[in-house]
Amino acid sequence: MTQGVQILFWIIVFPGFLFTVFLGLLVSWVVRKVSALVQYRVGPRLYQPFVDILKLMGKEILIPRDAHLALFVAAPVAGLSGVLLLSTMLWRISIAPSTEFVGDIIVAIYLMVLPSLALILGSSASASPHAAVGTSREMKLIMSYELPLVMAFIVVIIKTAGLVEPNHQLNLAAIAGHAPILSISGMTAFLVSLLCIQAKLGFVPFDLAEAETELGSGVLMEYSGALLAVWKVVQAMMLVTLPLLLVMVFLGGFGTKGWSVVWGIAKYLLIVVILILIKNTNPRVRIDQAMRFFWLYCGSALVIAIILATVGNYYGIRWL
Amino acid sequence: MGWKTWSLKRSPWVFHVNAGACNNCDIEIVDLLTPKFDVERFGIKLVGSPRHADALLVTGVGTKQAAIRLREIYRQTAKPCVVFCIGACACGTGIFQGGYHVAGPVDQIIKEVDPNAIIAYVPGCPPKPEAMISGVVKALSVL
Repeated sequence: MTQGVQILFWIIVFPGFLFTVFLGLLVSWVVRKVSALVQYRVGPRLYQPFVDILKLMGKEILIPRDAHLALFVAAPVAGLSGVLLLSTMLWRISIAPSTEFVGDIIVAIYLMVLPSLALILGSSASASPHAAVGTSREMKLIMSYELPLVMAFIVVIIKTAGLVEPNHQLNLAAIAGHAPILSISGMTAFLVSLLCIQAKLGFVPFDLAEAETELGSGVLMEYSGALLAVWKVVQAMMLVTLPLLLVMVFLGGFGTKGWSVVWGIAKYLLIVVILILIKNTNPRVRIDQAMRFFWLYCGSALVIAIILATVGNYYGIRWL
Repeated sequence: MGWKTWSLKRSPWVFHVNAGACNNCDIEIVDLLTPKFDVERFGIKLVGSPRHADALLVTGVGTKQAAIRLREIYRQTAKPCVVFCIGACACGTGIFQGGYHVAGPVDQIIKEVDPNAIIAYVPGCPPKPEAMISGVVKALSVL
């Protein structure tokens, strides 16, 4: 019984829903504020993202006449549950590593796709031509960045496999104890996965699924009121979770004791600031450009990284 | 003042509708979003879909062809929402008064759909961005 309550508390209050939503909205303020400062503007007030969500909660929910009602309403909830599980899992591994299984790198890869998949379902259920174009772009974008992202994780697995003690399983908590970024292959994998995260968050060079100026917010076009608020919350939570995953996989984890908390926050903010700067200095790419970029350039860079990591592992060269 | 009105006043997302304008008012609306005026300070954001919008910025006389679309867009906007008639044409058809292509001032077209629509007027040819900010602030203060 008490364990059940404990798990519910984890999911709903502390590392899960409330905490991550609060942090995510705060970080989305940071994104807007830094973007404003880059453009020599003042930018929004600190509570702006919170007010936006509150306002959307009070608005009318419009369902398009031709939409598939159940799918249209269920999709945001499915996306929210996916990112909620992912964030709870990652925080749980960072805060209280334990022997019991809470999920690992494969589960993380699987849960990361869920919000995008739900977005595809929801927008294709809305029966809007603009959303349909956005949906097809989102689908192609997922196909483009999933492969490099998985390959980047493979590099990390190869790099850290030799560092784990015998009779110990390689898992996220073990990976988080090392920093594979301090090697050529790890650095390459980190840079590529940073770009994949950029695409997953729908940030500017890869925001072609939303594409405000040409598709009128594309995949989210038909959502209004509370359903749109759920999507905004999902995006805010992704903004916390995905950089956290990168910190755990590449930068040596998010410590919870003493100064390592500050160090962890610094690593997290570093990733967020890089994402914001890429967002503010690039134009939107076309979908064919994005696919070519991820498969041809990122893919071949990662093949080289995998070879380097394997060679380095075989001969015991740590920096390769 | 309930939490709905309170939050609506602090985060009005606007959607720009061109109902047959000469592009002059539209340029001034885009001016609003430039660093000089920076309306994001007040939470105002230009959105791409009427379903996300809390305010419609309508420019132009409302031609016969545009009137059908304008009514449709108003129906698609999530309520509560405010309609802003930007510029002399939208406020009272301006120099096009009585023209063969004019379906009426924007407020009439909107009131055919919803007689209780909240409509604010910002006159000028084109109105200055400062005038638009002032109009938005005044309209929100009566909500």
